Amino acid sequence: MVEPENIEKRLSNNRRFDTIFAVIGLISTFVGMITLAALLFDLSTDGLGRISFQFFTSFPSRFASQAGILSAWVGTTLVMIVTALTAIPMGVGAGVYLEEYAPKNWFTGLIEINIANLAGVPSIVYGLMALGLFVYQFKFGQSILSAGLTLALLILPIVIVATRESIRAVPSSMREAAYALGATKWQTTRDHVLPYSMGGILTGVIISLSRAIGETAPLITIGALTFIAFLPDPPIKGEFPFVSFDWLWSPFSVMPIQMFNWVSRPQQEFHLNAAATGLILMVMTLLMNGVAIYFRYRFRKRIKW
Amino acid sequence: METHHADAGYLAAQARIRAISVGLTVQKVRERFIEFLMFLCAASSIAITCGIVWVLLAESWHFFRNISLVDFLTDTQWTVLFENPRYGIMPLVTGTLVTSGIALLVALPLGTTIAIYLSEYANARVREILKPVLELLSAVPTVVFGYFALLFITPLLQQILPDLPGFNMLSAGIVIGIMIIPYVSSLSEDAMKAVPVHIREGSYAMGATRFQTAIRVLIPSAFSGIASAYVLGFSRAVGETMVVAVAAGTQPNLTLNPMEGAATITAYIVQVSLGDLPHGSVAYQSIFAAGLTLMCMTLVFNIAGYLLRKRYREIY
Repeated sequence: MVEPENIEKRLSNNRRFDTIFAVIGLISTFVGMITLAALLFDLSTDGLGRISFQFFTSFPSRFASQAGILSAWVGTTLVMIVTALTAIPMGVGAGVYLEEYAPKNWFTGLIEINIANLAGVPSIVYGLMALGLFVYQFKFGQSILSAGLTLALLILPIVIVATRESIRAVPSSMREAAYALGATKWQTTRDHVLPYSMGGILTGVIISLSRAIGETAPLITIGALTFIAFLPDPPIKGEFPFVSFDWLWSPFSVMPIQMFNWVSRPQQEFHLNAAATGLILMVMTLLMNGVAIYFRYRFRKRIKW
Repeated sequence: METHHADAGYLAAQARIRAISVGLTVQKVRERFIEFLMFLCAASSIAITCGIVWVLLAESWHFFRNISLVDFLTDTQWTVLFENPRYGIMPLVTGTLVTSGIALLVALPLGTTIAIYLSEYANARVREILKPVLELLSAVPTVVFGYFALLFITPLLQQILPDLPGFNMLSAGIVIGIMIIPYVSSLSEDAMKAVPVHIREGSYAMGATRFQTAIRVLIPSAFSGIASAYVLGFSRAVGETMVVAVAAGTQPNLTLNPMEGAATITAYIVQVSLGDLPHGSVAYQSIFAAGLTLMCMTLVFNIAGYLLRKRYREIY
């Protein structure tokens, strides 16, 4: 039997501990944010001084102060074009199929489990797969095409999951109204379901592309170069037929690999270049995520069923 | 004249009906075609898995024709790129386990605390702000975290531990831990949120505080979801590449001491890929054997997590 005054004491102790835990929880949450802030601060103090027009328009060099990220940002842009053009149609198509069309059978179940598992596969394993399959089996070589396809496969699960979630949020009364007017399944999907779920899909696409931009390991695995002093063949030509796809087969480097190369060198001056590249990468990914969060917020607010 | 008119109307109507039915058939074919295209998109995910398994197994099979599996698992040296190569995966495995172990020591307590705080303590407005900011942690490119570990955390730790070498598993592990906090906290929070309100209210009605409710009621009830969060965190830590490649060194080292530098499985794959190895050489095949080992490790943990979840699943 506990004495009444002891109960009082225990209760107030419990309450005090409850408050203490609230503070611990808040502090834990701030650990993450402090890290983020320290990261930005560290990169800015080291790298901000290196960011100039010259930094964007120079090739890498043996001399840290003359080196730049021209080949790296051009490579990142071209690889991202291939990735986006592959991952977005495939991911949205797969998402639409699984939500709107797929029959409930073992094969659909298999696809669903498989997509969940693919999201947990380490990115470097995608790189190994691409090295064996794209680079050597399909003979795409260590090219922009291989790199873009690798990253597309890597982000495919993210696009599929985002598409499915936002399609699921469209109420079935929308579909039924379209069917009642004689629309076919594809017409319903194209004209009603997809436009209404566009916000969520766009959010997922932006987040997945921001992940692809920072991805380094799989591209090293398929043989991206760390020192490259020329640009791929330009996609637009002066003479007929004006467009060229030779750049797809070109060797490449991307910004995170350029940064990795600089940070692995012992010289301090190259670390400054790495910090500058890291700062640009950080700002890009944070901006993309910010836009995605804004989209999610806006579309959630605007649509009222 | 009259009949002629009627005939013309009749014929026109017939032609229109025919046109509509042809149109419908075309439409039906188009619908089928589009459905088939989208089915291919969905099925491609299976092809990706098959591709991964096939490449890893095929190249590893070539590797294990040259190197015995027993040597691979029991030799204590991994010196593939040396004059007299030895192929014992254990130094890489210990490197991987030490860095992910430290990462989990950081991420699990912090992630769980954050999950409890966000789901039970924070009000909706605070949560709306804190959650997206926290999730930015997993959006930062990992190579940037590598830079941070090597040139910020390691010098910081060296102030406390003067003997700490420039490349060490400790700082890499800590940074990976912070990086995977959002994975742990988000999934755990979802799991806690999914516990029905009446169970919480039962606990509050007995006079329990929020903390007591969280520890004694919510965590046991949400255990299966929290376990999935932990397993995902582990998978992320084991597969993390750039942080260890930058900050933990590239020297295979059979040690459990986090104050030393050591290569992980992933760091080894990166190191080999940076060089220009001939396609088909044993060293080339060794990165696939290493990758297969990595996949097996995550697979074992996923199965363990699955069994754990099944054992402790709560159904309301």
